[in-house]
Amino acid sequence: MSRPTDNSDTDFDVSKPLKGTAGWFDDRFGGARGVRTYLLRKVYPDHWTFLLGEIALYSFIILLLTGTFLSFFFVPSTNEVLYHGSYMKLDGIKMSEAYASTLRISFDVRGGLLIRQIHHWAADLFMAALIIHMLRVFFTGAYRKPREVNWLIGILLFSLALIEGLFGYSLPDDQLSGAGLRIFEGVLQGIPIVGTYLAFFLFGGPFPGHDIVPRMYMLHILLIPGILLALITAHIFIMFWQKHTQMPGKGITERNVVGQPSYPYFVAKTSAWFIFIFGALALLATFAQINPVWLYGPYTPVAISSASQPDFYLGILEGALRMMPAWEWNFLGHTITFSVLIPFALPLTIILGGAAFWPFFERWATGDKSYHHVNDRPRNAPVRTGIGMAAVVFYGVLWVEGANDVVADFLQIPLYTVTWISRVLVIVGPIVAYFITKRVCLGLQRKDREELLHGYETGIIRQLPHGEFIEVHKPVNEDKRAVLEAKKVHALMPGPGAEDPNGVPAPSSRGMLGRARALANRAFAESIPVEADGHGNGHGPEGAGEEHAAVGSAGGSPAQLPSGDSSDEDAGSS
Amino acid sequence: MSEMDETEGTEGAGVPVAPHRVIGTPPPSPRLLGSTAAPREPSAGEVALVSDEEEFEEHLEGLPPDDPQVIVHGKRAEQVVAACFTLAFLAGCGFVAAYVGLGVHTVDKTVRSNLWLGVSLSITLLALGLGVLVWVRHLMPNVEVTQERHDLRSPEEERQATEAYFKEGTANSQFVKRPLVRRTLMLGTLPLLAAPIVLLRDLGPQPGTSLRHTVWSPGRRLLVQGINQPITPAQFSAPGSMITIVPDGYEDDQDALAKAAVILIKFRPGELHIPTRRQGGTLVGTMNWTVDNIVAYSKICTHVGCPVALYEQTTHHILCPCHQSTFDAPTGATVIFGPATRPLPQLPLTTDSQGYLVAQSDFTEPVGPSFWERG
Repeated sequence: MSRPTDNSDTDFDVSKPLKGTAGWFDDRFGGARGVRTYLLRKVYPDHWTFLLGEIALYSFIILLLTGTFLSFFFVPSTNEVLYHGSYMKLDGIKMSEAYASTLRISFDVRGGLLIRQIHHWAADLFMAALIIHMLRVFFTGAYRKPREVNWLIGILLFSLALIEGLFGYSLPDDQLSGAGLRIFEGVLQGIPIVGTYLAFFLFGGPFPGHDIVPRMYMLHILLIPGILLALITAHIFIMFWQKHTQMPGKGITERNVVGQPSYPYFVAKTSAWFIFIFGALALLATFAQINPVWLYGPYTPVAISSASQPDFYLGILEGALRMMPAWEWNFLGHTITFSVLIPFALPLTIILGGAAFWPFFERWATGDKSYHHVNDRPRNAPVRTGIGMAAVVFYGVLWVEGANDVVADFLQIPLYTVTWISRVLVIVGPIVAYFITKRVCLGLQRKDREELLHGYETGIIRQLPHGEFIEVHKPVNEDKRAVLEAKKVHALMPGPGAEDPNGVPAPSSRGMLGRARALANRAFAESIPVEADGHGNGHGPEGAGEEHAAVGSAGGSPAQLPSGDSSDEDAGSS
Repeated sequence: MSEMDETEGTEGAGVPVAPHRVIGTPPPSPRLLGSTAAPREPSAGEVALVSDEEEFEEHLEGLPPDDPQVIVHGKRAEQVVAACFTLAFLAGCGFVAAYVGLGVHTVDKTVRSNLWLGVSLSITLLALGLGVLVWVRHLMPNVEVTQERHDLRSPEEERQATEAYFKEGTANSQFVKRPLVRRTLMLGTLPLLAAPIVLLRDLGPQPGTSLRHTVWSPGRRLLVQGINQPITPAQFSAPGSMITIVPDGYEDDQDALAKAAVILIKFRPGELHIPTRRQGGTLVGTMNWTVDNIVAYSKICTHVGCPVALYEQTTHHILCPCHQSTFDAPTGATVIFGPATRPLPQLPLTTDSQGYLVAQSDFTEPVGPSFWERG
């Protein structure tokens, strides 16, 4: 696109390389139109929450870069060596080659410690970004048709990233990660029927053996990253093809995308974002020590340090293990240990399985089969937001319980009390969170309706001729109005056991499933209608203006503010 | 396009500023190259630039590029961007210098190297990022584009044509018509599908009974972990203490220690009340597995196998630091809190002819976490 520039004499002439290189490629592949239309001009909507997925993507790229560097020096072997490196405190200690090479990376390779710490911080940032990105997608309903497949890919990405992280921080074979592996092996053994074999085949025999580190290494640097890369590519391609969702706003419809073109705007912004993330990770790696394996010592199955915690993303599993009361069955000469099985399987199944199931459940319960490119504001979907908050509380309780010893120490309350509180909270908390969130959402919807119908409070008090004081309300501006009016209300399906005028039950509400669906539908349809009751047509710019005229003109006061003087009025109110 | 401009133009004049600003959005500052929050000039505000066959609408916000204010602002922004990039260059040189000039090989030197490498790398990256950001926000015109979404669903006739072609192809392939071919094909590939699973068989040995045994055997001496010396009851005479024991001959064998590690606890006379318990259908009086009020329990937690390393002298509780399973030491390490389901197995103790503590036998039950075949 051509644009007038202020000093065209110093312009760099881009047409030469374009004709040369780009022409060379176009001669062979064609596609000038495709590049222009689909790459250069692709429109990217702007919203700060859209940066979250980019954080995840860019930390993954940084993980690949730093991981490649680390793999040049790391030795994935548990063969024992006597350490004689630069870290004098461990001089002459027997340790695995994996641990020794990690020490070498840290103390004998220039920049090794920095890259190792960037790698670890990037892994934590990757997981954190995934979690927050998924929360954003959930709470705004961005997973709805046509994006269900990408939502499922996202859940798969998260699950794989969990395993990738576990394997990654288990590789150095230090005391802390070894304890984590021991727990992992103990949990595997607890799986009915195949568990013992699984553990023996993965570890190549009884724990710890010598096979697990090289095997985890292969999985960590090749297999899982390969799958992650493939899934991320699919995820981005699908996003690209289906186009981004958008937040509601002025001029935004289900049929358009409003934003900035890829070239040069989005390309420049997202490059800056990538460099910032890299810079932030470098800053963390410089000043915030992470995983100082040399302090933990080499792994031995005989020892452990207190207050051992895994990386934060595994805290939920750790918390579940700590929370679970003892429960084991013995029958027909076999053992089923629920105190291991339930913590291992249930929380992640509830959260990830529930997340995967949710779009289809919502579709079933609302009967909504339409396309959604404009996101919901969380308050406008109280059931979804409530369920989401319930999941957040459920996750949060388990996560905090994963550090119950630290919590008990910090709050100076007995350890067992912390565990008992979390046992109660993990069940009660989500239920309470659901209802509170739903009520808050409906309350916010009421506030939105008020604002739409009566405008917002300006803080300006006017006295009417007959002495009454009123506060001047002003109608909300166009942008805000567009946001408020974007709310959609689900159509109500026939209620449970509903009948038509001829006494024939509605087909959709028949049977157990039908009744359940009708009940769920009632919950989803609960909403505060925008055009309501008694306020007449308080809708649209003119309508809102009349409303204020009606309030103000009781004494003929100029309560209806012409939009022209809005700026100074606003200054007065602030 | 023109319709868009019209609406924009008329409303641009009197758009009331929003009552409150969303956190994270830019304040309505006098950004010269336009921002959606700032009040705009209605006449020069939107410039139609491109509109072609791809239903691509674009409009430029802010002042026109030849406005003197814009030129001054652009000059200043250009200087800031150039300063950022120059700083990035200098810091990048600093990174190389720190790599070349600062060695490692001691903790202090590593700390110094990490600091300078990290600081220079961070400054390089952050300065580059900042430069690009200022460039985008202050030098590039603020463009907003509206693009049509294409229909994701294919037109009905396309679907039907594809379906018809696929049906025809299937018919031509004879795949449906000839069940013999179809079924033998499936039969032929079935074993191949099993191959990857078959190939994984040699990943490890079968568990067999290996989880039921440890390296403890009758007469094997108890060595104190760390110093690896045998111990007599007289040497371990302070009541209330706990030490970790490894089996003689396996002091450094991680695989053996993962199951055979033992804790030794000394009690005052009369404190120890290990109840008789039923094991494998027979009653076992395990008090006679102790020597002189010294009792040995497996150090491997029966929950998921962490070492039970914490011992509280006053309450005689053994605590696993991983998941806080708590075992009552005087009563046979029975579980009093936490997720562990079984007591810590007890190692039968006795003394040999030289008075050292030795094992009477192996553990009489499997140590460590539960497993399916445990029973």
